[in-house]
Amino acid sequence: MSDLDALMKALGESGGDKAILANGEIAHLAVSGHKILSMRDVEGLEVEAKEILQGISAKVTVRAGVKIKNPVRLCFGILHKKGTQKIKVDVKLEKDSSAHFIAHCIFPKAEEVKHIMDAVIDIGENAEMKYSETHYHGLYGGIEVIPKAVVKVGKGGRYLADFTLTTGRVGRLNMDYSVEAGENAVTELTARVFGHADDDIKIKEKVVLSGENSKGLIKTRVALEDDAMAEVTGITEGNAAGSRGHVDCMEIVKDRAVAKAIPIVNVTNSLAKVTHEAAIGSVDKRQLETLMAHGLTPEEATDIIVRGVLK
Amino acid sequence: MSVLEIKNLTYIAGEKRILDGLSLLIGASEIHALLGTNGTGKSTLAYLVMGCEGYRPTSGEIIFKGNVINDLKIHERAGLGITMAWQEPVRFEGISVRDYLTLKTKDADPSLYLEMAGLHPELCLHRMVDKALSGGERKRIELASILALNPKLAILDEPDSGIDMLSTQDIINVITAFKKNGSSVLLITHREEIALMADKASQLCRGKIVCSGSPMEVAQYYKARKCLVCDAEVCVYV
Repeated sequence: MSDLDALMKALGESGGDKAILANGEIAHLAVSGHKILSMRDVEGLEVEAKEILQGISAKVTVRAGVKIKNPVRLCFGILHKKGTQKIKVDVKLEKDSSAHFIAHCIFPKAEEVKHIMDAVIDIGENAEMKYSETHYHGLYGGIEVIPKAVVKVGKGGRYLADFTLTTGRVGRLNMDYSVEAGENAVTELTARVFGHADDDIKIKEKVVLSGENSKGLIKTRVALEDDAMAEVTGITEGNAAGSRGHVDCMEIVKDRAVAKAIPIVNVTNSLAKVTHEAAIGSVDKRQLETLMAHGLTPEEATDIIVRGVLK
Repeated sequence: MSVLEIKNLTYIAGEKRILDGLSLLIGASEIHALLGTNGTGKSTLAYLVMGCEGYRPTSGEIIFKGNVINDLKIHERAGLGITMAWQEPVRFEGISVRDYLTLKTKDADPSLYLEMAGLHPELCLHRMVDKALSGGERKRIELASILALNPKLAILDEPDSGIDMLSTQDIINVITAFKKNGSSVLLITHREEIALMADKASQLCRGKIVCSGSPMEVAQYYKARKCLVCDAEVCVYV
């Protein structure tokens, strides 16, 4: 079996659609370890990717005014038990363009794997980028994931990012996203993570509302069981008139797990407003009782509540 | 045989006697309205019958279809056919209305029950049972969800609170649907027009049933301030 076939097989097993690579209307980039296996552009979207000594370097550009119809598929994986994958990505959405990127990160056998993502994203005036990243890590927990993104959203632009790691073990996650929003820009960062065993989760997300009337939301949902640990830091700065930001963190804790939430809100302009809410604890008693009154056992009810929060 | 029989039920929390030797019978397919001012123990009685955490009788018996259920947990009581709609239903992230209405009854048609509660299925089946719903919508969805369970006993804690006046008939329709389905209903309400649709009614004051009979009689008794327990200090209008 070729590396590409193996990666696509793993993608299918983790719930992804492996047929997408055959579709000529869908742009994609598939990388296994430090090897580019497949790549396709579509009109208005250019992908320049190359293998470098330290990993993969990719430059993605969406040309001005182009709205990419189908989501761009990114597939990153290491199918062996050991390995390192380092990916450096520069994404630029030019003025009035839009694109949706769906990334699958697959490490099904990870026992000693490191995945490092370093992204710089520049969203032009009135451009919109959606980025959905879903991880599948297998059951061994021997993985370290270090995603870092620095994002700049131009006037009237939108950046909506969604990070999901709810299947398999997390291992060690050290996420660091930072977004600066310009005038009338909108940004939403959502992260959902389910930690088990001795998983160690650190999530740091920062939104700087530097443009007038810019808006930002940081929403984090973490569920922990066994001996897992999580520290979630959500930072929002309101630095311009009319800017509005909100930090919303919920962590559900079971067993011996330990959770910490650090919402930080800074306002340097009297016409800005930033709010935050954080809730950490076991499953809500009233929610549990309501579902039990519907006939579910405590275990079934807890499972539904946790899955709902992570959905 | 009665579906629910409460015998000499006392519940003391800390040093406060919230229910004091309360006895009540609810028959098959009977809607039994429970009236009383705020703080008289109506919701506490509901929690005790449902078996909520921290609510176990200090003394007395809760008998469901001939069996004492004092020590059963909520889901065990639900398994027998008891369910409850809380006065302020909780919200759930990530659970759609469709999924919520079919949690335990996968084959049920959720649209049917939403329509009974005065909701348009096409407008709400795909929505989440979360903070985006209005209080009235959430309330109706809760009623629809327990209607879908086809319970033997439904405890409805103020199903009319938070519902606009024009929609009161929708709530009456739902309660009527329980009866048509053969369910018994313990109906806690402050609204006379809702209470009057019941088969029987009781008035609760200071943890005791002070009057039982037809809804009209009990409502009149209540409104005439005839309560002998509190000497009309507590019992004012419904």
